[in-house]
Amino acid sequence: MFVRGLKRKCFDGEEDIDGTLAGIKAIPSYNLQRQSLLDMSLVKLQLCHMLVEPNLCRSVLIANTVRQIQEEMTQDGTWQMINTQSTGQASLDRLVSTDILCRSSREQAEGKHVAGYSTFNKDFEGDQAQDSSETMSTASSVQALRNLQSNVWEMENPQENKGNFQKSLDQIFETLENRSPNSVEDLFSEVDNSYYDLDTMLTGMMSNTKMGHCDGLETFSSPTTTTSNSNCKSDLNELDHIVEILVES
Amino acid sequence: VFSFKDKTIKLWKITERDKRPEGYNLKDEEGKLKDLSTVTSLQVPVLKPMDLMVEVTPRRIFANGHTYHVNSISVNSDCETYMSADDLRINLWHLAITDRSFNIVDIKPANMEDLTEVITASEFHPHHCNLFVYSSSKGSLRLCDMRASALCDKHSKLYEEPEDPSNRSFFSEIISSVSDVKFSHSGRYMLTRDYLTVKVWDLNMETKPVETYQVHDYLRSKLCSLYENDCIFDKFECAWNGSDSVIMTGAYNNFFRMFDRNTKRDVTLEASRESSKPRAILKPRRVCVGGKRRKDDISVDSLDFTKKILHTAWHPTENIIAIAATNNLYIFQDKVNSEMH
Repeated sequence: MFVRGLKRKCFDGEEDIDGTLAGIKAIPSYNLQRQSLLDMSLVKLQLCHMLVEPNLCRSVLIANTVRQIQEEMTQDGTWQMINTQSTGQASLDRLVSTDILCRSSREQAEGKHVAGYSTFNKDFEGDQAQDSSETMSTASSVQALRNLQSNVWEMENPQENKGNFQKSLDQIFETLENRSPNSVEDLFSEVDNSYYDLDTMLTGMMSNTKMGHCDGLETFSSPTTTTSNSNCKSDLNELDHIVEILVES
Repeated sequence: VFSFKDKTIKLWKITERDKRPEGYNLKDEEGKLKDLSTVTSLQVPVLKPMDLMVEVTPRRIFANGHTYHVNSISVNSDCETYMSADDLRINLWHLAITDRSFNIVDIKPANMEDLTEVITASEFHPHHCNLFVYSSSKGSLRLCDMRASALCDKHSKLYEEPEDPSNRSFFSEIISSVSDVKFSHSGRYMLTRDYLTVKVWDLNMETKPVETYQVHDYLRSKLCSLYENDCIFDKFECAWNGSDSVIMTGAYNNFFRMFDRNTKRDVTLEASRESSKPRAILKPRRVCVGGKRRKDDISVDSLDFTKKILHTAWHPTENIIAIAATNNLYIFQDKVNSEMH
């Protein structure tokens, strides 16, 4: 689940401040630790995205952490250096990504790739085979970061691809958003399963008291609007109503 | 009793039944219709005692009010309205109306890409039915007045403690996220819980809390691991006792903590089958952080992070507490003539 081989160590911002980008160190440097935290966070965000009902609070907190790391890396020049080290490829990155935006989804589905993009795919596979570890130099950490980026892209619906790193984060929020109302899953999510569990328990009790105990049903307010599917007299009616809506749509 | 799951809120009625009618004319003991030809005389059903049974019936279902997951509900002191909060919005409901609610707070940005803060908890003031507070994932509290405007996006007061620069790390924001907020019974203070502390805020002081208590500061050096295993996102509740002199919150390893605001003493207790038989007195526990280790101390590394006490409640007037530990609910009460239990 997490980047294999990287030594995981608890750290806070104050310890082990390395400052240099010399790369290979005997003990994990601050930069390496920061990088591993960044990688871990990106993986978490990806996994968030795959859940049917993602936890928005958690996603926001993780995304904010990623932004903080990114800002710090920009400030102390690490980010800049990473980008300038591979200028040619980096600018191709951005070219490729906007190109995807311009293509229609049909073209994308037919698998038309710009040469640069398919190189990334190969790089990604290659990197997965080898275990990135403490010997990771700055260059390969750049690769790892971009691989994670492209990984995020690949997981996304091509229509939603917006391109650069910042936007991949934001896409995740958008899709979280889009999952919300008016989708079929949402209609079903209203059918609360716990209610049914309680229901089986209740039927055992209710049978003894059925005679005198009708006020439970009486207090359910009657449906007032045709668009609302929430006011029902019993769970069966609720389910029927939902099925009706599905059939109509 | 209100309950909420995902996006639906339900109001339940809880009743106790200790009698049941027997001797119906038309139905037999199992409830099946009798063959009318066998009925030769009429009888009056009588109430016979039975074993006490607690019944729960759903009375209202408030659905479709929320796009995101509900994180808290709070009944107003007017006993007619209540509010429910999800990650981005707070709605006001009338207890008798299930198909309509008013939106009173909306922090959803026009562009979801700009989202950096969500609502984590909310509560009505115990006496002033127009005031409520909501907390955020950045550790701030906003007190709102419903008389000021229909949409309470502009807070009346913002409570925020400046960050401690010496403790700053990439996890600072996450651990400052408030998981629960509770007004004191007096209405003068608010209690908040974030990952490592509980804080008491005076409604009149917006710049910082008046009291801060460390729940499990020994976890501060383990934040990276706790981030990795997601425990850092656990949401603990907090509670006041009836007189607002003691505050309580849960922790890991089935531990829960109590802080006496007057004596400044605190205690750690454990809710588990192994360590508590009915009527036994709970033994205070201690987590040792290196240094001298006493017998029965637990070391930080042997804490069980899967055993978390997220939900705790204190009876509004008596010294009786309810602790939810995984699949078990514990009810503890004060020993007569004892200080803290």
